[in-house]
Amino acid sequence: MTELLSPALILIIAALLIPLTGGWIRTLVVLLAPVLTLAAIWQIGDGVQGTVRFLDYMVEPVEGSPLRRLFATVFAIMAFLGVLFSYRIATWQELAAAFAYAAGAIGVCFAGDLITLFLYWELMAIFSTVLVWCGGTPGARDAGIRYAIMHLLGGVILKVGIEGIVVATGSIQIQPMLATDFSTWMILIGILINAAAPPVSAWLSDAYPESSIAGSVFLSAFTTKTAVLALLLLFPGEPILIWVGLYMIMHGIIFALLENDARRILAYSIINQVGFMVCAVGIGTHMALNGAAAHAFAHIIYKALLFMSAGVVLYRTGKSRCTDLGGLYRTMPFTTICAIIGALSISSFPLTSGFTTKTMISQAAIDEGLMAVYFLLTAASAGVFLHAGIKYPWFVFFQKDSGLRPDDAPLNMKLAMTGCTAICLLLGIFPELLYRYLPFEVDYVPYYPAKVVFYLQLLLFSGLAFFILLPLMKRTVTISLDTDWLWRRGGRLLGSATDSVLKHFEQIKDQVSTRVSTTLHYLSERYLGNPHKADKEEKSVFARSWTIGTTGLWISGLLSAYVIAYYF
Amino acid sequence: MTGSKDEHSSDHWLVRPSTIRRLWIAGIGVLMLTLLAEFYIPTKGYFGLDDWPGFGAGFGFLSCLLMVLVAKGLGFILKRDEDYYAENDRD
Repeated sequence: MTELLSPALILIIAALLIPLTGGWIRTLVVLLAPVLTLAAIWQIGDGVQGTVRFLDYMVEPVEGSPLRRLFATVFAIMAFLGVLFSYRIATWQELAAAFAYAAGAIGVCFAGDLITLFLYWELMAIFSTVLVWCGGTPGARDAGIRYAIMHLLGGVILKVGIEGIVVATGSIQIQPMLATDFSTWMILIGILINAAAPPVSAWLSDAYPESSIAGSVFLSAFTTKTAVLALLLLFPGEPILIWVGLYMIMHGIIFALLENDARRILAYSIINQVGFMVCAVGIGTHMALNGAAAHAFAHIIYKALLFMSAGVVLYRTGKSRCTDLGGLYRTMPFTTICAIIGALSISSFPLTSGFTTKTMISQAAIDEGLMAVYFLLTAASAGVFLHAGIKYPWFVFFQKDSGLRPDDAPLNMKLAMTGCTAICLLLGIFPELLYRYLPFEVDYVPYYPAKVVFYLQLLLFSGLAFFILLPLMKRTVTISLDTDWLWRRGGRLLGSATDSVLKHFEQIKDQVSTRVSTTLHYLSERYLGNPHKADKEEKSVFARSWTIGTTGLWISGLLSAYVIAYYF
Repeated sequence: MTGSKDEHSSDHWLVRPSTIRRLWIAGIGVLMLTLLAEFYIPTKGYFGLDDWPGFGAGFGFLSCLLMVLVAKGLGFILKRDEDYYAENDRD
């Protein structure tokens, strides 16, 4: 029986315990639950662990595989580090929502069938919305509503696809497929909405920066990477994903370059990084799928590290706009160093986790002879260094002296950031630690001199470009219109445009109907008379009083005409 | 802002003009080293195009230049005041 219980249940129980406990007991619960979850994850063997009959379907609540365990592991690690980072500043609502959200993500990891997957998918949607609302500002409330609408919509589309598959094949198995018919397209679209793919990627950059300090750390980890796992399980080698991924990569870079809010820069770089993974799933070879999985693992940690560093800055200064920040390295050396290591990792600098994982995806493009894809990925690596690797730490911690002299991070935050930093460096220096847990056997040498020289050239000259082009990148107190404009303003504009067109038509209709009714009135008065007029004053042809003689003449004339017509 | 020596020496050592000049020199030195390294460790391209010496350097620099220019250009169209959405959201 116990083999049917998903490790996610531990986090759900913890989420229920959080509001009931307080003080050190709650701290114990929140720190212990992810560790127990991690232990439970590694108890799960390969294959389906058992089935339950639900309605007419055989549901498989728990199915293990190296890929599933890998994602669940990093989610559990992330839940632990995120809680360690935030348990002193987070409210019980934030902690409970974060645990339920993480439970959803881990549940998806082990879902053996589409029904289970869908249930955990919606659990994530609900509690991630609560996390966005934990931002507590009117902006967070509005962004949370937009976020919820987008994710519920995505859920409905996914559900339509799942039902289509069930009707067509009678199977709820999770197995590789290609987007060939309506149902599979619906599933793909439903997953891609969660992966922040175009044209709806703006839900991410809209909502994450509005959440609380703790909220954004958790949000950065789960939703998009669960979508990557779902793509890995359901759509490996789906060619359209290559181009969807490349678009996400470029979209993320360009908008991050335009952005002023530090946390929104990081949000855009999630879209960019998930683009690498989506592209890798599209390439679909063992090298590419290993690359996507490894990159997701590394990305979750360094992205959390970056959001933690931005969170510390927000916590200590109350600010997150680049124009308000700068020069913080003076009093926040620890956070600065962590942010730099996170930034180097995301830029796939040698000796960091980005280098040993993301370059697998480029290698897969080379192996498949995809020249355009390879060059775009390489240009994107340079662009990542530009927008996240240098821009983020430069504008937040160096740049000008903002006059701010905040304290460095509190101890628990330092510990969490140390944990993330250690993982970034460990995976960069000893990549075998991760390689042995990848879904396919790894035949990849991450470090050889020519490659290191190539990447050093690429990245360092990107750095040169940054400092030469710095005048062009002066921060302005602005936001940039992303695709969310379509539903935040576009809908309203469309509404008011339709409204004015309709009003115009109504005017024309009114004019025409007035004219028609005046004409009809005139004609009827002219021929049929006015009911309110005395008969003797009536002048209309058919209404005025006629003499009996004239009437008799008319009647006899008409009758004769009728008789004649009858004979012919 | 007079630029006198005493005033600068009270700054953090990292922002003193002399340090910044040294950092630029060191930085350019490192860039040169990565280029010179190719004499000892020839990088091999995969698609012909990238066989050129210094390809990584040129490609990185130019793609960044292009991205910054594209972003700058799009900025003219896409940038709005911070309260662009706030203006009518709560009326």
